[in-house]
Amino acid sequence: MRAALVIARRELAGYFATPVAVVFIVIFLALQGALTFNLGNFFTRNQADLQPFFTFLPWVLLLLVPALTMRMWAEERRSGTIELLLTLPIAAWQAVLGKFLAAWAFSAIAIALTFPFVVTVNYLGQPDNGAIASGYLGAMLLAGAFLSIGAAVSAATKNQVIAFVLAVALCFLVVVSGTPLVTEFLSRNAPDIAELARRVSVADRYQSFARGVVEARDLVYFASFMIFFLFLNTVVIDHTRAD
Amino acid sequence: MTALIEIEGLTKRFGAHVAVGDVSFNVRRGEVLGFLGPNGAGKSTTMRMLAGFITPDSGRARICGHDVTTDGVRARHNLGYLPEGAPTYPDMTVHSFLTFTARIRGFSGGERADRVAQAIHATTLGEVRQMPIETLSKGFKRRVGLAQSLLHDPDVLVLDEPTDGLDPNQKHEVRRLIQTMAADKAIIISTHILEEVEAVCTRAIVIAHGRIVADCTPAELAAMHPSGRLDDVFRHLTLVQAA
Repeated sequence: MRAALVIARRELAGYFATPVAVVFIVIFLALQGALTFNLGNFFTRNQADLQPFFTFLPWVLLLLVPALTMRMWAEERRSGTIELLLTLPIAAWQAVLGKFLAAWAFSAIAIALTFPFVVTVNYLGQPDNGAIASGYLGAMLLAGAFLSIGAAVSAATKNQVIAFVLAVALCFLVVVSGTPLVTEFLSRNAPDIAELARRVSVADRYQSFARGVVEARDLVYFASFMIFFLFLNTVVIDHTRAD
Repeated sequence: MTALIEIEGLTKRFGAHVAVGDVSFNVRRGEVLGFLGPNGAGKSTTMRMLAGFITPDSGRARICGHDVTTDGVRARHNLGYLPEGAPTYPDMTVHSFLTFTARIRGFSGGERADRVAQAIHATTLGEVRQMPIETLSKGFKRRVGLAQSLLHDPDVLVLDEPTDGLDPNQKHEVRRLIQTMAADKAIIISTHILEEVEAVCTRAIVIAHGRIVADCTPAELAAMHPSGRLDDVFRHLTLVQAA
């Protein structure tokens, strides 16, 4: 664990050593703000809650999180530093976990910087701050799930564009697989897959967090989701070290 | 005295191409082994297998008694490895990069600062210690990689072309450094520069087409050709014998 934290610390500093951090955070906040206030009818709804904010958040994360993960391993392979990293006295899982934790901590910083929304609704009315807190917990779990997908994809390719596009596509799949549009289509055409698709979907579970419902099974789901992809990431790194 | 590096029947194929075929040798404490061969002969692949970056198809490699495949983390604790091309994280400063590798290796507090300072001193990096690595010249980058490999004073040093890209003065410095460390370590250096073998190595192995074609002292190697010159021997061994 210590080695993983050392790597996480280096990686996190790496985000801030380049314009990646500033560009990511500014675009994230601008996009999230524009969507919440304009498309989300934040003011005209006349309700003191963050429902529009949490409705749009998955789509913004879907687009931006893969941008964070696309260089995670692809860049190490391209520049050859993967040889340095993996010949240090650490196991592959420590490097995988370290990189993931850094990206997750970075997402946490970006998400935390949306605090003016919370201040705004509290100024305008009496929102259910418990529901807002659980919504933020859901957002962190969703970001973690997306990051774990993106990291695993990045490990599998040297090409950052492929890493980005594949990660967006996979994140999109796990979001939409639970929407009525998809489940109704599947239950008409492939009933067996429909149930599976609904179960792996992150959207429903995330939405219940956004409504203020924190359930143990959802926490277990997100934890297993991330562990699965981090495991996959470790296997890929272990088997393709030099390629 | 048991050997610090033990390699038995190491083999690696890439598709149908045999990169390294049944390579066996031991290196004892106090030996500096010069690893010679044309480009693509299998030098780097052998070193990468020893460092645990490439998994061998068959055969075994041990560092200080620890198998590099099954007990890799402990093997690499005793290893200082300079990968080919000396990859380092470009956005880090020399000092923060070396501090990172010291942390990974478990050093903390004053000892870590001392180790980093010693490594910087040994590789004469003092004047650039606070500069980002990406702004440095090739020679400096190479020395940063070298500093990283000897920071923890390992029993085994594996250096892939440590003097490549250095000017004659820097080459001389690095050779002197290797000679001062030679007595209590087992060192492998790969090189194209034949005079380097005569200058620093106590033993030379010539590898061609993945196989060892000579394993003797530099003097014995030179005596293999009537001219007594290493380049004639090298050409004879790697071109004539292989053909």
